[in-house]
Amino acid sequence: MHMHKYEKWWLTFGVGSLVLFLVIVGFSAFHYGSHPPSDKVYIDPERVDEIAPFNNPGVHKVEGKDWDYEAVIVASAFYYNPPEIEVPVGSKVKFIVTTKDVVHGFQAAGTNINMIVEPGYVSSYVTTVDKVGEYLILCNEYCGIGHSSMMSMLKVVE
Amino acid sequence: MTTIKERAQDFVQVDKRDAKLALAHIYVAFIALLLGGLAGLLQTLVRSGQFTLPWGIGYYQVLTVHGVLLGLILTTYFIFGFQIAAVSRTSGTLTNKQRTLGWIGFWTMTIGTTAAAIMVLLNEASVLYTFYAPLQAHWIFYVGLALVVVGSWIGGAGQIGKYIEWRKANPGQPSPLLTFMVVVNLAMWIVCSLGVAVEVVFQLIPWSLGWVDTVNVLLSRTLFWYFGHPLVYFWLLPAYMVWYVVIPKVIGGKIFSDSLARLSFMLFLLFSIPVGFHHQLTEPGISSFWKFLQVVLTLMVVIPSLLTAFSLFASFEIRGRALGGKGLFGWVKQLPWKDARFLVPFIGMVAFIPGGAGGIINASHQMNQLIHNTIWVTGHFHLTVATTVVLTFFGAAYWLIPHLTGRVLTKQMNRLAIIQAIVWTVGMAIMSGSMHIIGLFGAPRRSDFSTYGGSEQAASWIPYQIAQAVGGTILFIGIILVLYIVANLIWFAPKGQTEFPVGEVSENAEKTPMALENWKIWLTICIALILFAYSVPVIEIIRDAPPGSKGYKLW
Repeated sequence: MHMHKYEKWWLTFGVGSLVLFLVIVGFSAFHYGSHPPSDKVYIDPERVDEIAPFNNPGVHKVEGKDWDYEAVIVASAFYYNPPEIEVPVGSKVKFIVTTKDVVHGFQAAGTNINMIVEPGYVSSYVTTVDKVGEYLILCNEYCGIGHSSMMSMLKVVE
Repeated sequence: MTTIKERAQDFVQVDKRDAKLALAHIYVAFIALLLGGLAGLLQTLVRSGQFTLPWGIGYYQVLTVHGVLLGLILTTYFIFGFQIAAVSRTSGTLTNKQRTLGWIGFWTMTIGTTAAAIMVLLNEASVLYTFYAPLQAHWIFYVGLALVVVGSWIGGAGQIGKYIEWRKANPGQPSPLLTFMVVVNLAMWIVCSLGVAVEVVFQLIPWSLGWVDTVNVLLSRTLFWYFGHPLVYFWLLPAYMVWYVVIPKVIGGKIFSDSLARLSFMLFLLFSIPVGFHHQLTEPGISSFWKFLQVVLTLMVVIPSLLTAFSLFASFEIRGRALGGKGLFGWVKQLPWKDARFLVPFIGMVAFIPGGAGGIINASHQMNQLIHNTIWVTGHFHLTVATTVVLTFFGAAYWLIPHLTGRVLTKQMNRLAIIQAIVWTVGMAIMSGSMHIIGLFGAPRRSDFSTYGGSEQAASWIPYQIAQAVGGTILFIGIILVLYIVANLIWFAPKGQTEFPVGEVSENAEKTPMALENWKIWLTICIALILFAYSVPVIEIIRDAPPGSKGYKLW
C-alpha cells in the first residue's frame, strides 16, 4: 500500500519512539526486576488467621533475607490489621498482605506501594522506605459500604 | 460550488423506518445521559465533603448508576443508533428482517437495562459496573446485564446482515467505508463481549442463584477485563468513524485515504482485545511475563492512533490550503470553526492528546503502580470517553438527529452547541485536572468522602475534591444545554432537510486493496493473538486456583 512520504516519516518516528519506550520499560522490568506485584502464592481465605505468617500480623525484623523487615498485614472488610506499621528509615521492607473476604486494594498514598489483594492469594512488594513520614494506607478497590474508612498508617521513623 | 441540482442528487435520506429504529436508540441514550449525569453530579458534591445524600441513598449506589448508565447504556445505545443510520445511509435501506432484528435487539437490551436498574435502585446491586466478585448482587442484576449484551448481538446481526447482503450484490468491490467500519466495530464487540457473557452466565448467575457456592475471583476479573478494555475501543471507534468519514465532508474536503482508514480499523480489531491484563497489573496470580506481553500488545494501538492523527490533519490541511490558507499554519484559519459539527468533535480530538498520553502511563507495567486505582484513572477516562468520545457524539447528534427527524439545526442552536462544548471543556479541565493531580498524590478512585481519621494527606486532597465538584457542576450545566438542543432537534426545530455527511475519498488516494476486507485473514490473526496472550495464564488461573469465594453483600 502506498503511503505519503511525510506519513512514512511520521510513522517511523512514532513507531521508533514506541519501540524505544517499550525497551526501556522491559529493560527496567526484566533486568532490574522492577515488575508490578505478581505473586503466585496461594492461601485458603477461610483459614487466614491460622496460617503463618498471617497468624501473627505486624512488623517483624528478619535475618538472612534480602530485606530487613516483613510487614504482615491482614485485610478484611473494613480493617487492616495491624492499624499501624512502624519501620526505621532506610530499611528494606517486604509488605505481605492477604484478605479474609472480598478484594481490597492495598495502597500507601505517596509511595509506589500499591497492590490488589484477592481472596486466596498473597500479595507482596519489597521496597526501601527512604523518606521519614507518615503515609496513609487506604483501600483503593471498592469493597463495600465502609470502603473509604478502611485504613492503616505506615510510619517511617528515624 | 455544487449546483442545487447536484446537491439534490448527492442527498441521501435514511429510510423513515430505519430512522425510527435509530432514533429509539438515541432517545434511550440521552435519557441515560440525564440520569447518569445527575448521578455524577451527586458524586462530585458528596466527595467535596460539603453535602450528604438524602433519603438513605448510598454513594456506591449512585456510583453504580453513573457507571452503568454512562459507561454501558449511553454509549451502546448512541453507538447503535448511529451505526444503524450509517449502514442504512451508505449501504441502503435495511430489509424488513434486518430491521426486525434491530428492534428485537433494542427491546432485549431495554428490558435488560430496566431489570438491572430496578435492582440498583433497590440497593440490591451496589457492585459497580465492574461487578467486583465476591461482592454478590441480586441475580436479576446479572441477568439484566446479560440481556443487554445478548440484545446487542441480535441488533448487531441486523447491521452485519446488511453488509453481507451488500458484498454479495457487489462482488469484488470494497464495501462502503462507513459500513465496513461499523462491521469492524461489531466484530470486535462480539469477540470481546463473549468474555463477559461467559463470566456472567457461567460464573455469576449460577453463584448468585445459589446453584454453586463459590466463585473463582481471579478468573471472573480476567474475563471482565478481557471485555473491559475492548469496551473502551467500542466507544472510541464510532468517534473515529465520524472523524474519518463525516468530518472531511463537513469541512468540504475529501477523505485522505480509504485504505489507511480501513487498515487502522483492522489494527484496532487486532490490538484491542488481547490486552486486558493492563487493568490487572498489580494483581497476584498472573505472572509478570504475561502482564508485560499484554503491555506490549496494548501499546501497539499507538500505531493506528498515529495513522489516524496523520490522516485527519492531512485532510484538514489539504482543505485549508484549497481555501487559500498560506504559510505553515495559515490553513488552520480557513477551517469552519463556527460550525458545531466540526468544532465540537475537534475539541474531542484535542482532548485525546493528553488522554492518550495518560493512557500510555496507565498501561506501562511497573509505572501503573503509581496510579493504579487512584482517581488519576478516573481523570484519564473522563478525558478519553467523557470528552473525546462524548463531544464527538454530541457533534454527530447535531446533524444525525435532525436528519432522522426531518428538521434543521438553526443558527441559534449551532451557537448554543458551541457554547455547550466550551462549557464542557472548562468543566472537564477543572474536574479531570484535579483528579489527575490528587491521583498522583494517591487519592483513591471509587471512594466516598473520607478524612481517613484526620490524616494530613487526605486533608490536602479536599481542596481538589471541591474543585472536582465545581467542575462537575459546570459539566452538569453542559448536560442540560445538550439536552435542550437535542429536545429542540427532536420536537421543535424547523422542518427541513439535513444532510448525513459522508465524505468522498480523495482522487489522489490509492485503490483499496481487497485484502483489507478479507475477514478470514483478520479474524484468524485476531483470534490467534487472543489465544497467544491468554491461553497459558488462563489455564494457570484455573489449574492453580485457590479455594473459591462465597458471596458477600457488604453495602
